[in-house]
Amino acid sequence: MSTEKPLPVIDHDSAPYWEAAREGRLDIPLCGDCGKHHFYPRAICPHCHSDNLKFDTVSGRGEVHTFTIARRPAGPAFADDVPYVVALIELEEGPRMMSRVQTDDPESVRIGAKVEVTFVKASDEVTFPYFRMT
Amino acid sequence: MKNGRDPVIVGLADAPIEDGKFVTKASVLGHAALVAKAAVEEAGLKLSDVDGLLTAGMWGVPGPGQLPTVTLGEYLNIMPTFVDGTNIGGSAFEAHVAHAAMALREGYCEVALIVYSSDQKSLRSRNLGGRPSVLSMQHETPYGMPTPVGGYAMAAQRHMHEYGSTSENLAEIAVATRKWAQLNPAATRRDPLTVDDVMSSMMISEPLHLLDCCLVTDGAGAIVMTTAERAKDLKTKPIAVKGYGEAHTHWAVGEMPDLARLLPAQKAGENAMKMAGVTHSDIDVVEVYDSFTITVLLTLEALGFCKIGEGGDFVSGQRTAPGGAFPMNTNGGGLSALHPGMYGMFLLIEASRQLRGDCGDRQVAGAETALVHGTGGTLSSGATVILQKD
Repeated sequence: MSTEKPLPVIDHDSAPYWEAAREGRLDIPLCGDCGKHHFYPRAICPHCHSDNLKFDTVSGRGEVHTFTIARRPAGPAFADDVPYVVALIELEEGPRMMSRVQTDDPESVRIGAKVEVTFVKASDEVTFPYFRMT
Repeated sequence: MKNGRDPVIVGLADAPIEDGKFVTKASVLGHAALVAKAAVEEAGLKLSDVDGLLTAGMWGVPGPGQLPTVTLGEYLNIMPTFVDGTNIGGSAFEAHVAHAAMALREGYCEVALIVYSSDQKSLRSRNLGGRPSVLSMQHETPYGMPTPVGGYAMAAQRHMHEYGSTSENLAEIAVATRKWAQLNPAATRRDPLTVDDVMSSMMISEPLHLLDCCLVTDGAGAIVMTTAERAKDLKTKPIAVKGYGEAHTHWAVGEMPDLARLLPAQKAGENAMKMAGVTHSDIDVVEVYDSFTITVLLTLEALGFCKIGEGGDFVSGQRTAPGGAFPMNTNGGGLSALHPGMYGMFLLIEASRQLRGDCGDRQVAGAETALVHGTGGTLSSGATVILQKD
């Protein structure tokens, strides 16, 4: 059983997103037809199914839509992190994304808490957008 | 109006387990074959009569499990002319009943066999690790979401936030389900359980405790369906498949349209009840997927047994326990009887046995109509079946 933390297998849909994260930006797709952002990145807009998409740098601000405090790890690779907060963040621009809330006090996290993005390097290829409460 | 090709269930079988593990020494396919044989023979049929084969599972992937009906057909040495390997998670078997019903009505097959087998407990193959970090899961697995419990915990957290439901409400479900298990000699966990026990059990993924989570066991089950006409010559009392519905929305938890509402269950339930021509007051016994206590709460709301947000009140005071107003999960459920990973097979078997009147101490008196609802993935899919004593 692997104790290496899983890294994303980057594909053509997601490459610009992960590349931006490496450079400290949160870039997600914006539809040129319906004007909505979406996440995770797709080749067509999940709202209107247009393929007229471009990556757009968003604010990195949002709020905790829901979360869990993991008291047991997601497999051995995460054993040293326990307890940790996995949270679904609703970005100001609308889409939700799964991430971590970085905090010394997991019990302080609440639904509705305001957060902003912070970038955490995992490897030469991968930097994760985590969030911190503001 | 009755029709000779109306679909009915005529055979049922499940494999014996002890301490959550298979008693018989056989491979995962061997157990599939043994329950398949038992279910067709119960009906007075032979495996060679089977021309419709439906299965879903997690075995043999990558490998022969990638073509599960082909591999199982090979093992049984049959040549089915209708197959369905639909896999939408634990609700797959409710969808299989629907698909077999359509095939039977259409004359596309005469005897349909639905089979499931899992030796996950014996293999010790489960931990809370996520799915391989590819495609949509590259955006969830790396964050360490305990899987699948984390997604259910997030739904529970959101439901508590929006509607004020409590851990105590959830614990009531686990306790009521255990009381049913105590009436079922085949159930894995039969020791007494209190609301305090559930709430003081180890926290796994807040707000869900260990005893909010289903068991991890082995298990195998099979269902045989045929037409009402063919059933006249068979050995068992047929159970009619009166209605069915299915829907799914997402697998990645971040894509769940509404974390506090189970939209697939709402859609599947509406369609199934409409097809069957029944309303909530017609249902005598309810078997719903209980991967986690929150699954039950969300399902009861979505199916319309209570209003959205009122599930906590609905299950309080042990209303779903033996002797309560709302008999539910009468075998002890995934929480206390068995949960081999894709539990929906056993909801169907229990509902059919209740309608046959075969349930001994846990028999619901006068059970004529049952609602079965499976949930799969991470609150991803839902499939409902309405069964009726013929």
